[in-house]
Amino acid sequence: MSKHTETWSTRLGVILAVAGSAVGLGNFLRFPGQAAQFGGGAFMLAYFIAFLLIGLPICWAEWTMGRHGGQAGFNSSPGIFNYITRNRAFKYLGLIGVLIPVIIYMYYVYIEAWCLGYAVNFLFGNMDFSSVDDAGSFWGRFIGIEANGTALGFGMGQVGVYLLLVFLLNFILIYRGIAKGIELFCKYAMPTLVLIALVILVRVLTLGTPDTAHPERNVNNGLGFMWNPTKTIVETKDADGNWVKEAEIISGDKIEQAKLRSATDPNVRLTRRTVLSQLADPNLWLAAAGQIFFSLSVGFGVIITYSSYLSKKDDVVLSGLAATSANEFCEVALGGLITLPAAVTFLGVAGVAGMGTFGLGFNVLPMVFANMAFGQLFGFLFFFLLFLAAVTSSLSMLQPGIAFLEESLRINRKQSVALLGLITAIGCGFVVYFSKDVKALDTMDFWVGTFLIFILSTLQIIIFGWVLGIDKGFQLAHQGAAIRIPGIFKFIMKYVSPIFLIIIFVLWCSSNLFGLNLATLQSGSVSGYVSDLFIQPNIVAWLSVGLILLVATLFALFIALSPDFKNPSEKEANHD
Amino acid sequence: MTNSGWFIMAVSVGSVSILLIWCIYKVLTTPGETEKMHGFEQTTPDTVNEPEDRH
Repeated sequence: MSKHTETWSTRLGVILAVAGSAVGLGNFLRFPGQAAQFGGGAFMLAYFIAFLLIGLPICWAEWTMGRHGGQAGFNSSPGIFNYITRNRAFKYLGLIGVLIPVIIYMYYVYIEAWCLGYAVNFLFGNMDFSSVDDAGSFWGRFIGIEANGTALGFGMGQVGVYLLLVFLLNFILIYRGIAKGIELFCKYAMPTLVLIALVILVRVLTLGTPDTAHPERNVNNGLGFMWNPTKTIVETKDADGNWVKEAEIISGDKIEQAKLRSATDPNVRLTRRTVLSQLADPNLWLAAAGQIFFSLSVGFGVIITYSSYLSKKDDVVLSGLAATSANEFCEVALGGLITLPAAVTFLGVAGVAGMGTFGLGFNVLPMVFANMAFGQLFGFLFFFLLFLAAVTSSLSMLQPGIAFLEESLRINRKQSVALLGLITAIGCGFVVYFSKDVKALDTMDFWVGTFLIFILSTLQIIIFGWVLGIDKGFQLAHQGAAIRIPGIFKFIMKYVSPIFLIIIFVLWCSSNLFGLNLATLQSGSVSGYVSDLFIQPNIVAWLSVGLILLVATLFALFIALSPDFKNPSEKEANHD
Repeated sequence: MTNSGWFIMAVSVGSVSILLIWCIYKVLTTPGETEKMHGFEQTTPDTVNEPEDRH
């Protein structure tokens, strides 16, 4: 007996929705910082290699497996994994594909509210900062970084009201469904986002040298900081006689001054880091592979659910490539040309180097826009752009949870939206309450937004290449395909991608959990995330992990009780 | 920015732009690619996936 099924309404709609899921804050804030830190040329080489070896392969695997599972009536990772593998263990492993988006949503919507709040405050002229510290103080007050329980104020300069608005917006859109909610929003939001980014890009590239007292602070040096493949570093000797990095320099004048200084002072030296020497650093490969992961939204459990709403006659190969290319364009061509060049033009290399994603986005850039001609307008546009990017991503994080609850509990969309709304509201409330030093957010992002994503990606590519079988996988991928996947990808997806992922995961664990310095292979102290749990226990870190485990247990219970997951063949027959 | 920096930027930005343009061209020119997709029409949230519809 057939049943009503949700589906996308147009090809372009599903491509924009998947691209929207991938395009987020990482494209405009995380990518430029990573590329600049590891040297534009060397980083981009590793980045494109990671794109070909893990990004595209996992993307195509997810699209194919999702559509395949969707044919049997499964739309969530547990159901799809169970259906493809016919192995009970995999439905519980598939739980990770629901847990990741649901947990990430709990804190991502909080950050989304920051973007909306910043856009509104720029629009009303409340962002007149004279220094980065000013901007940092505003951010601290806005998100309640000083003490727990101080974030939820409802003034214009506090995050509460914006959080309520974005939470409501997300659930209204998700309630409207795949075509009338997610697809409709993304069809308008994505072109708007690109248009706004192009307007800002033109403004940034025409900034010239805004401060004549600092001629080295110009767009050309900003682009150089981002893209120059060879880094020129000034190093000084510390008290123990070790050379430590003092600054990176870009402009010719500064390099000449540094040469003179090093010639006269034995405690100062100038070093050049070439592309090859940078490529020899494992940290660069880890950063490039990580950026590809987080940027493309592979291993999030989102693409597999989105593609499950396609029919077997619908193309997945070209759609996957198109969505991926849209994300890459936003990241490399827009994010790579806007963020750091703008920041360096106003603050110089020293004012920007070493800034993390939040520091760059919510401390440095507001200060930059505040000092730019028509900064009020461009500040509003930039944060509205980030807001749109965040909404298209957060929407995609809800759909896997909705699909899972509908499937496992046999409830309708209205009920599943209500239940997921309750779960995510509790989780979001937890993150917002424990706002001191963004501890809860940071802990959840590390264990779920990074650690579990490695696990799920590896699992997905192994299921595709080894359990489903690479030949069958390619056969399924090419059903209704508008283009063919090059034959070399059979070898890549079966052997190279899993091995590459496992190596990256081992390196990541060694470095980020156990403190191994990958460049020198010297062991250091264990990561703060491990220390927070086992060495110097932190109550908020433990509560955050407890929340993750609680949601995972609840979902595992739903899986265990679901008749559809016990007998996927029966559901497939009913679906047909 | 150095000449090699300009080169890296041009190759990186150019390659992702060309890939996107090619994908858009293929999506818009492949027969049937822009037509209504297969499958059922979207129903209202209240009527989608009712438990009784499943069997």
